[in-house]
Amino acid sequence: MPDRTRVRAIINHEPVDFLCEPRQSLLDCLRDVLGLTGTKCGCNDGNCGACSVLLDGRLVNSCLVLGVEIEGRSVVTVEGLAQWPGARIIQESFVEQDALQCGFCTPGMLIASKALLDRSPRPSEDAIRAWMSGNLCRCTGYERLVRAVQAAADHLATIEGAE
Amino acid sequence: MQAFSYRAPTTLEDAVSILAAAGPAARPLAGGTDLIVQLRHGRRRVDMVIDIKRIREVGALEFTPEGGLVLGAAVPCADVATHADVITHYPALADGAGLIGGAAVRQRATVGGNLCNASPSGDAIPPLIVLGAECRIVGPDGERRAPAAEFCTGPGSTILAPGELVVSLHLPPPQPNTGSCYLRFTPRAEMDIAVVGVAAWVQLDPGDGRIVDARLALGAVGPTPIVAEHAARAVIGLCANEDACAQAEALAIESVNPIDDVRGTEAQRRHVAGVLTRRALRGAIQRAKGESLDA
Amino acid sequence: MATTKTPPKTFAVIGTTPPRVDAGAKVTGAAVYGIDVMLPRMAYGRILRSPHAHARIVRIDTSRAEALPGVVAVATAADLPEAVDRTDRVGEGTVNYRYTRDATFAGDKVLYHGHPICAVAAVTPEAAEDALALIDVEYEPLEPVLDVRGAMEPDAPILHPDLRTRSLAGPGSTPTNVAAHMRFEIGDPDQGMAEADVVVEREFQTATVHQGYMEPHAATAAWSPEGILTIYTTTQGAFDVRTRVHELLHHPLADIRVVPTEVGGAFGGKNTGYTDVAAALLARKAERPVRVVMSREETLMATGPTSGTWMRVTVGARRDGRITAAKAELRYEAGAYPGAPVFSGANCMFASYDIPNGRIDCYDVVVNKPRTGDYRSPGATQSAFAAETVLDEVATCLGMDPIAFRLINCACDGTSRITGGAHEHIGIRQVLEATRDCAHYRAPRPKSDGYLRRGRGVALGFWGNWGARSSVTLSVAEDGTVSLLTGSVDITGTRTSLAMQAAEALGLPLEMLAPAMGDTQTTGHSDSSGGSRTTMATGIAVCRAAEDLLARMEERAAAWWGVDSATVEYARGVFTSSTTGDAMSWAEVAGHQSETGGAIRGHGDVNVRKWGAAYATHIVDVEVDVETGGVRLLRHTVVQDVGRAIHPGQVASQMQGGATQGIGWALYEGYAYDAQGRMLNPNLLDYKMPTYLDVPAIETILVEVPYPGHPYGVRGVGEAPIVAVPAAIAAAIHDAVGVRTTRLPMGATQILQLLGVIDP
Repeated sequence: MPDRTRVRAIINHEPVDFLCEPRQSLLDCLRDVLGLTGTKCGCNDGNCGACSVLLDGRLVNSCLVLGVEIEGRSVVTVEGLAQWPGARIIQESFVEQDALQCGFCTPGMLIASKALLDRSPRPSEDAIRAWMSGNLCRCTGYERLVRAVQAAADHLATIEGAE
Repeated sequence: MQAFSYRAPTTLEDAVSILAAAGPAARPLAGGTDLIVQLRHGRRRVDMVIDIKRIREVGALEFTPEGGLVLGAAVPCADVATHADVITHYPALADGAGLIGGAAVRQRATVGGNLCNASPSGDAIPPLIVLGAECRIVGPDGERRAPAAEFCTGPGSTILAPGELVVSLHLPPPQPNTGSCYLRFTPRAEMDIAVVGVAAWVQLDPGDGRIVDARLALGAVGPTPIVAEHAARAVIGLCANEDACAQAEALAIESVNPIDDVRGTEAQRRHVAGVLTRRALRGAIQRAKGESLDA
Repeated sequence: MATTKTPPKTFAVIGTTPPRVDAGAKVTGAAVYGIDVMLPRMAYGRILRSPHAHARIVRIDTSRAEALPGVVAVATAADLPEAVDRTDRVGEGTVNYRYTRDATFAGDKVLYHGHPICAVAAVTPEAAEDALALIDVEYEPLEPVLDVRGAMEPDAPILHPDLRTRSLAGPGSTPTNVAAHMRFEIGDPDQGMAEADVVVEREFQTATVHQGYMEPHAATAAWSPEGILTIYTTTQGAFDVRTRVHELLHHPLADIRVVPTEVGGAFGGKNTGYTDVAAALLARKAERPVRVVMSREETLMATGPTSGTWMRVTVGARRDGRITAAKAELRYEAGAYPGAPVFSGANCMFASYDIPNGRIDCYDVVVNKPRTGDYRSPGATQSAFAAETVLDEVATCLGMDPIAFRLINCACDGTSRITGGAHEHIGIRQVLEATRDCAHYRAPRPKSDGYLRRGRGVALGFWGNWGARSSVTLSVAEDGTVSLLTGSVDITGTRTSLAMQAAEALGLPLEMLAPAMGDTQTTGHSDSSGGSRTTMATGIAVCRAAEDLLARMEERAAAWWGVDSATVEYARGVFTSSTTGDAMSWAEVAGHQSETGGAIRGHGDVNVRKWGAAYATHIVDVEVDVETGGVRLLRHTVVQDVGRAIHPGQVASQMQGGATQGIGWALYEGYAYDAQGRMLNPNLLDYKMPTYLDVPAIETILVEVPYPGHPYGVRGVGEAPIVAVPAAIAAAIHDAVGVRTTRLPMGATQILQLLGVIDP
């Protein structure tokens, strides 16, 4: 058996400590080693976004990050979104707008949406489409996803305005 | 993919000595968006991956009007494409870096990596060439500099000797009345590899509007990005107008050496190389005049 | 924006847009798809695949793989019992289990790049991958044939030496790649052409394309010591998986339990499985559960894309717009084994029109590519591309508006089809009129600007839909809540639409329904979810189950009161005795169940043999960059007859999704091969599916012409929205730049060639 490396990182705001081979991607580690199967593998080469996670707050394809690269870093997956106050709003927005059918791309879409709203709280339709063009959906035709992100942005803005 | 070992040095000296000792079966890792895919698809085999992202110098992104731009080899494309000074003074580089992959890929992919991967269609390479970028290279025998225009020697091949790696890219201080632009053709709006990519840079005479200097580089139409010197020289001295752009188009078509592959045909690439040369030169001219590009 | 045009009728639940019942798990990452299944001691399986498109297998040596530490099993063709030569209807096509066995592990020949050879299981996915590299296979490469016309040449390489052409004239006598030839004919097509004032003939080619579901195939198999095999898998039809495993392993049906997981997209491509038998074999040999997951590369290379084709279409019409005759020759690639959807392509291509004279010749042809699978209206999109493009050209020649031309010729109830049968209860005229009258069609045509030429096109598509077998059980718990168990796998949100139909039928609020998918042990036989049948046919089963349940509940209320059940009435959650005037709520009757006879359940098992067809038009505005050949979509509207929209949001979403797949098929997608038959683009970089930036906000107009055969008028909606998209885009390109694109995908090179900018 090839040698394994010890990795210590923060995943979904909790410390983790695991072993992996250098060739195992962050996606492999999340799913096979840590049992966090919410992040999906759609293509394994950075072309579909189903494996999207936040790495130190940046939107990345976890299939293109090695597990050993997250030493000392912080990762947020769809399972960790609940700790973001806006999570429920965006999740409900997806449901209300019928922005999912099979749901396989949904975790990646949610992560990408959070990354977008973190930097751009009132994105235009063009900005949403451009930001999320790396997340493929085969079921919905994207229009309802755009509406869901816009509705979430509007809702979050009213909450922030109220504070 | 086959198993490999992983090292993450924190200094340039350590990186160079590990790389030199490990031999040809070791590869530096920056963003990983090319390397990991190649390893996974069996297009490249390595025994060791050397993660350079912990080294201070490769993360630099600094601009001064006198010194120009220092761009560390491992700075993510997203940071380059959105940097105000890059957008203002080196817009072709912002164009190219902003087209690689999609938003998530750009948070990891790097301009340095795009150059070192030396794909004929790398979107950052033609901009680096026309902007006169230089590479700072370190290796077992010390440090050297080389122009980006000479860096790629074939598909996947570069001038790097065993044990060498690129630390940073250095773009000269911006001159007045200059503009640059990178355009590419892809079937889909994003997420695609360029079928043709063209970067243009011009310097205009502020008085009579003539082209004082010009550079053109074309990607995905030859085994390396092509520096279209003949086409660029032909527009020097001309009025910066559509005729000049059309002249450049005609000469660019003759300068390219495209192939048929799954992404495009030779005839298509040759024709579109001309079209994009005309449009990229027009864009560079507009930016040199301080105008924004046509929609 | 979804607009619904509905005849008036008041429903309590149907027509509303409640949140989907499965949405919560899907927005939190908790939903378990086929690739997510984890069992204790589970090992990981991988399949070794042929690097050649056509080759004889000389020798296989797995000894080095078996010796690798961590490998727990190796399975080969020797582990499969002898094949049974039996054909079955599966999904929207047919299957011969002899070929299924050959597709599971190759026999003496490999027939496509990616053809499975054998499989290994190991304790980690990495060890399984390492083990694959240690399997030695010696091949004798043979010349491949990759296109349908080449395969029909007399000197073409032959895939199956025993294959003879099936046709009405009886089986052929010489080895061939033509599995079947069928001719459909009505009237006198040659005479009809002679009477035409305008005749247009064109030839077409379409590339192989894939359904493109985001979740790859996966199956996890586990054997109990007594020989009960459980398979968790992403599939459209758990019973079809069970049958396949039974046919290949010769294991009793009831000892095979197939549990469908959540499905990450299917579109017909998961009517067949590609991992279940291998997982079962590995698990049996390893004596531990084994999960086999396909990579994206394997999914594109070696599952069931839909046919690449060559077609010729000829249409003749009089100056007044009446079509006098239509002829077509359809040659569809079946892939490595017979069964291309060419007959359904023939069935659909002119089905929208009243054509008195017609002839369609269909050829089902094997080539060295993976065997085709169902893809959303199987076969129809290809033939519609050809037929609708020629019809658009006829309309242009006659100087007629394309919708007006179609209205002159459109079919109605009773119109006979060239392929036989007559239409019943169709909504085509209403769809065409709604298209003509909609905002998009009436808006001024987009203006061109320099090298950006803009235009508009429209096309009409037909899909017949499907009925078949479904099974539903409704059970009432003591608090009155109702569980709905269906054998129909939910691939599109049907759990919700079925629950809505049950709630409507039972007069209860939707919140009291708890739907669930069953497995092959717990539900009655259900054909696969596909063919646009689930909301319709399983909906009928739901209504039958609801009727059955209401009868049982009325009996229980009667028993409680000691009256005749004929005197019990029910409405909106309340039972009343017409003799005593007593009343009891639904929950109260439910609460008394143990005293009145025990569990209360209603069943509906149906085999629906008549169902409503669907029509959909697409209006597309495009922009063509005449210097680069690039095409961009500016605006897109889908108009479809949906019968009755149970959940209008879900229906509109189906229309948008089908339209988006059609856009990919039209402009970007297509399999590319090298001269040796190896697929060049088995990845999502070079097999280009539309992104957010490649499709506009697709507008949807739902026309409701209720289908009388369903209690609420439901027609299937899932498939029709893909059919006419490539033709509509081609028509728009013609309107913009005056050329007819006849090859799919309609990429920049083809457009530049047609414009004369580059040489062909």
